[in-house]
Order: sequence, then C-alpha cells, then structure tokens
Amino acid sequence: MTSRTTTLPANAMPMGNTTSNKSPPPKRIARRLPVQRLWPMWAIAATQAGILVAFVALWEIAANTGLVDPFFWSKPSAIWSTMITFFSQGDAFTDIAYTFRSTILGFIIGTSVGALLGMSFWWSRNYALIMQPYIICLESIPKLALAPLIILVFGMGLSSKVAIATALTLIVSTLTAYSGVQAVDKDQEKLFYSLGASRWQIFTKLVAPSCVPWIISILRVNIGLALTGSIVGEFVSSQHGLGRTILYAGSTYEIALVWVAVIVLSALSIVMYIGVTWLEKFLRKGVVH
Amino acid sequence: MDAAESNVTIPKLAIENVSMVFDTNGQEFVALAPVNLEVPAGRFISLIGPSGCGKSTIFNIVAGLQAPTEGRILIDGQDATGLIGQVGYMLQKDLLLPWRTVLDNVILGMEIRGTPTAEARDRAMPMLQRYGLAGFEHSFPSKLSGGMRQRAALLRTLLVDMDVVLLDEPFGALDAQTKAKMQEWLLTLFSDFGRTVIFVTHDVEEAIFLSDDVYVMASRPGRVIDKMPVDLPRPRDRSIVSTPRFVAMKKYCLDLLHGAAVPETPPAPIAA
Repeated sequence: MTSRTTTLPANAMPMGNTTSNKSPPPKRIARRLPVQRLWPMWAIAATQAGILVAFVALWEIAANTGLVDPFFWSKPSAIWSTMITFFSQGDAFTDIAYTFRSTILGFIIGTSVGALLGMSFWWSRNYALIMQPYIICLESIPKLALAPLIILVFGMGLSSKVAIATALTLIVSTLTAYSGVQAVDKDQEKLFYSLGASRWQIFTKLVAPSCVPWIISILRVNIGLALTGSIVGEFVSSQHGLGRTILYAGSTYEIALVWVAVIVLSALSIVMYIGVTWLEKFLRKGVVH
Repeated sequence: MDAAESNVTIPKLAIENVSMVFDTNGQEFVALAPVNLEVPAGRFISLIGPSGCGKSTIFNIVAGLQAPTEGRILIDGQDATGLIGQVGYMLQKDLLLPWRTVLDNVILGMEIRGTPTAEARDRAMPMLQRYGLAGFEHSFPSKLSGGMRQRAALLRTLLVDMDVVLLDEPFGALDAQTKAKMQEWLLTLFSDFGRTVIFVTHDVEEAIFLSDDVYVMASRPGRVIDKMPVDLPRPRDRSIVSTPRFVAMKKYCLDLLHGAAVPETPPAPIAA
C-alpha cells in the first residue's frame, strides 16, 4: 500500500514535465470584449422613419420613370388617393368590422373551447388516452384545405368565417391546455388529496389556475391564426370583409386597392395584437407572481 | 391484542401490521415489512432511516394516499385505512400556490373543508402574526425566504385541526442556521397546539432534539429496527445537543443506521 502511493507521484511527475517541455506555450489571443454603444432613441426612430420615406420615394420615382410597371405594382401616390376614396365613400368600415368580428369570435370560441377541452382531459386518464389519436389527427389536417367545405356547410355569411378561424385556433389551444394539465405538480395534487379535497376542488383550485399561464402563452399565436382563418374564408366566398376586398380588387386589376386593403389589414392585425398583449398582461397579473 | 388493555389507553395513531409489497413482473419487492407502531396523543415521534427504508411509504399509507398490502391504520381506535383527510400531511416541498397570497395559501386546508373564506382568514390572521409571518400576510410566496415558506406550509397543515400531523423532512432543504431556528419554532408550535406529530428526517440530531421517541428504520426491506425513547426534559434548549447524554443517544442511533455493532440496550436513563 505505502510503496504504491509513493511511486505513483514519482512516476507521474517526470511524465508531466516532459510533455509540457516539448509542446510550445499556448498562443494567447489579444482581443477585447466587443462593446456595442447604443444610439439614442431619437436617432433610432429617425433612421426608421428615414428608411420608410426613402422606400416610398424610390417606389414613386421608379414607377414614374417606368423602372417598375405601375400597372402591376401601383405607386404610393395612387395608393394614397385610393385610400382616401376607400375611407370616404367605400364600405371601408363595414369591411373592417366584418373581418374584425369574425376574427375575434373565432379567437374567443377557438381559445376557450380548446382550453376547456384540453383541461377536460385531466378528469379521466382513459378518456384522455381514447381521445389522443383523434386530437393528433385533427392537428395534422391542414385546416385551411377544408375552407371550401366549411363555406358549403355554414354558408357565405359570417358564421363560416368564424368557423374557419375557430378550426385554426381550437386544436392548438387544446394541445397547449393539455400540456398545462400534464405539467401540474403531482406533489401538489398529493397535498390537495391529503387535505381531503374532492376532484372538483382540485380542478378549480389547482388544475385550472395552473393551466392559465399555458393558455395565456397561446393567445398571441391564436389571434394571428384567427385572422388568417377569416381572410381565407373571405377569399373563398364572401359578401364583405377585407379579404373579399383584396380578392375583388385583384381580379379587376385595381392594384392600388389591393395595397390599401393589405395596409388596413396590417393595421387591424397590429391593433388586435396590441389588444391581446394587453389582455395577456392583465391576466398574468392575476395569476403569476 | 388484549381488548381490555387496548381500552385503557387508545393510542392516537396505531399502525397495525402495515406492509407494502410491490409486484413488478412477477418479482416481489418488499417496500415495507410489517410495521407496528403506536403513538399516544400529544407525542412527538421521529422516523429516521436511510433512503428506501419506507418512511415515505408509511406516510402515504397513514395519509390514505396509498393502500397498504396488509394491515390497518387506526386513529383514535377507528379504522382510517385508505381514508384521506384524516391527518395533516406536510410534504418536503412547501407546495405553496404561487397565485395565492400567503394568507390565502395558509387557509387552503380550511377552505377545502368548507370553512367560509372570510372566517378562515379571520382565524389564520392572528396565527400568521404570532408565528413569524407578520407583515407578509398579503405577499405572494415568491417574495418569501425558504424558512418563511416552510412556516407558511406548516401553518397551513396545522390550521386544518387534525390531531395527527405528519411532517416529511420539512427542513431538509434549509441551511443549517435557518434549520436550527425552525426547529425551535416547531417546538414552540408543538407545545402551543398539542398535536401528535410524526416527523421524518435524515438528520439524527434533529430527530433527537425534537422528539419524545425516535424510531430507527432500515432498508431492504424497509422496516423499523428500534425505538429509542428520548427522555430529555422539555422545553429543550439548543445547548442540550452537546450534553453527554445527547451525544450518547446520537451515537446509538448512528451506529444502528450504519449497521455497526450495537449495544444491547439504548443509553440508560440519566442516573439522578
């Protein structure tokens, strides 16, 4: 025992020395930590505005000099005047309200029904296992491909747009809420049972509140999906809506009107996104601390 | 058991011949060999043992969260095997709900038992103030230190008015200083509330410092191998841990745990 412990370091020492003598000393890198200096906010904003102005100006010039064909691409000045006509005499607000309504309805129905469905899987393991393949199948269907069928069933009115928006958001919400259910701490459940809790008490006081952050996380995705669903529904068949305006303007070569509708649509999307972000903050305050 | 004898003093909690055997692919695994244990009302007992000795299994069975393979649990002489909500159970983690304030976390047990929220809050408020959570009643758990969280979790357990309280390593994750403070705090609560406590720990010193009896357990199969009465006077001061008597008891337990040759009898009572 003693002889082995004394020979070990004696053997190891010269070995270590010879290798370090042979190899050249490691090269040292003389490099400073890169530090980025942030511009002041006004400079960032001015640059952002500058890029937009330059883009619009270049587009206008290119269209006037014939560098791009204004028949296909239109030009900013034409878009601006179309915008004014659209808002002053067209059905602008009817169309905006139509698209907005179907999006919001689809968003609310899809998210809430999906969340309830996902949370319902907590009640029974058997029920969850039986439903699993169906949910996966529904998830893998490209829902937009069903749009013509949905229009046939629900008609040309608002309900078919709501149905498509719902179809797009429902399964995602279901899966997310189910993930939330599965993430409920088993020890937490054990604590509730040890206190003598009923299933319903555990559901309302533990499972549902635990799922709320999961459902919140899906809201922003869902509002985008719902808008997509509404627009596609309007593309397929509709009397109103911004999607219908785009389709109509495209087929009559009113390119300026296409741009106007797209710009309005983007603005609508941003407004709804901000709304959902606000809702998210409000909900988070009540649940996550 | 003699019927007449059991009538004399019905133990608060009796664990009768409780065993737990798992059957995995035809292979029997004995998680808990038959255990017999009687705890008189108002006593503080500890279970110590290596991991896998079945401490948690005993707790789960007593709390009704697991059905024993054999045996029964009696509370006040009444069969409580497989019934939930008969004992207070505090798990290792504090398990405070992050979306509830400390006050609303503490009343969870009462709420589940149907006490109206306002009444439960009225009852809990003075407790929080008396037992070291004053000023934090309306804070959320994320603002609390580890020791404070354990205090809240323990108050939640005590406020459900169960005579028997199971504590599963409640101070296991705390630093040494906080742990010592919490042990003294727990002893105050124990003498104030007069509950029957079963305490699980890895820490021999903690077990002796707190308990009236220490049960030493062994693994493979999980079983109770010895019961050591701790006849140290209460209230106990921290300085007690360095007395020869305490040290002798600690050595006795450690020897048992490590399977070393053990003296025939536990350390003799203090010669007056």
